[in-house]
Amino acid sequence: MLSLPLSTCLRSRSAALLAACALLSACASTANPRDPLESYNRAMFGFNEDVDKAIIRPVAKGYEAVTPQVMRTGVANVFSNIGDVWISLNNLLQGKPLDAASDMGRFLVNSTLGVCGVIDWASDWGLEKHDEDFGQTLGRWGVGAGPFVVLPIMGPRTFRDAVGWGVDMMADPVYEIQHVPTRNSAAALRLVENRAELLPVEKALEEAALDKYAYVRDAYLQRRRSLIYDGRPPRELDDESAIDSAPVAGIPLDAESAVSQLVMLRVNEQMAETQSALPKPSDPTE
Amino acid sequence: MRFFAALVCAFLAFGNAFAEDLPPDVLIKNVSNEVLTIVRQDKDIQAGNTKKAMELIDTKVLPHFNFTRMTALAVGRDWRSATPEQQKLLVSEFRTLLVRTYSNALSAYRDQTLEFKPLRMGAGDTDVLVRSEVRQPGSKPVSIDYSLEKGPNGWKVYDVVVAGVSLVTTYRETFAAEVRTSGIDGLIKSLQAKNQAPLPAKAAK
Repeated sequence: MLSLPLSTCLRSRSAALLAACALLSACASTANPRDPLESYNRAMFGFNEDVDKAIIRPVAKGYEAVTPQVMRTGVANVFSNIGDVWISLNNLLQGKPLDAASDMGRFLVNSTLGVCGVIDWASDWGLEKHDEDFGQTLGRWGVGAGPFVVLPIMGPRTFRDAVGWGVDMMADPVYEIQHVPTRNSAAALRLVENRAELLPVEKALEEAALDKYAYVRDAYLQRRRSLIYDGRPPRELDDESAIDSAPVAGIPLDAESAVSQLVMLRVNEQMAETQSALPKPSDPTE
Repeated sequence: MRFFAALVCAFLAFGNAFAEDLPPDVLIKNVSNEVLTIVRQDKDIQAGNTKKAMELIDTKVLPHFNFTRMTALAVGRDWRSATPEQQKLLVSEFRTLLVRTYSNALSAYRDQTLEFKPLRMGAGDTDVLVRSEVRQPGSKPVSIDYSLEKGPNGWKVYDVVVAGVSLVTTYRETFAAEVRTSGIDGLIKSLQAKNQAPLPAKAAK
């Protein structure tokens, strides 16, 4: 039911949505410079939450209840396996031939000895699974992230990652399946399996977030930034400038140190401004 | 009960005597293994008994965290404009929020294994990153990186980054927005409201 509109409309919809967002951004006004589309995004986030609550989550819970763990692992492995070829290509495009070779090795081992990808032998043999997509490749090439945007059903993206995701879809083996019912079932199964994997952590998310939309947005942006740098992102500028000289709670500030704090604050701000004005080719997410 | 109290005292004594001598990666390894061993044997925590998980975190994990620094990092620029009293309140509320979050996450633990990557640390370093990975058959490993700094009481954690997402700085924009609209006191109030909301019932299963 869900699979039909999803798989048939996704490609054209993403393009239409990008255009709509570009229009929206022209007239949107908000306090957060990292999120110019915030009012649209919040509305779409709410819509996605409703769809999740009404359809996707119940289906994922049902799937979790009736599917033995061994079978779920097999399903996840098959989808993971067919994704490894595209991951390999992206690693190659990012100038990481060793990782690319490892991904290709994974695919060959798991497709043959692993019975069409059901068993992930390659991980046991030390060929580690990587997480790459075309959005990350664009990031590596220095393409800026652009504004944050929440897509229908698919959820959070940056503009760059929305474009990357469009390319990922074109390379997605599931959408190459000619037999339409098979294709839609496969796409739906993958969506449900992915959602079911999130069931154990969603309670922690509810508990963590003061403002769920903002928390998900900022977690997503950090996660993407980390992925582009393969888990080793450089520290963000304001991490240290905002904190290092922060007074410790309980120690009262005297007038003199308060003044010096203020001076430091101004200096830090000016430094941050100067640095952000400079071109920073090393950080494509800025 | 007395046994439990004795156990806590023993741990605290242990903490005071040895924690400052332990290298940061060994410290994290020991604490993680200790906590996971308990969770593995505790059916209540596995079933989603959040209160019990919170007690465990309180006694085993918290002594190794620098909550003042964590709160300052989460609040960002506005930290400086807070009075010492406000800072104290912020630290205590943020601490409660993180503990509630972690204790919920703990009930999701099943049979994953922890692996630590070799520590890169120069002699005399006072700020290090301990990198670890949670491995689970059938899924991608999830990285957990701990930032620690060396203080007078040994190494203390000031940031935890799970799969590239900091459990501390992810709050920065939310907190800043709260301070913009209703000031530091407004932020303290919403943290208090969040923390006073009833704990979610047992894992909805």
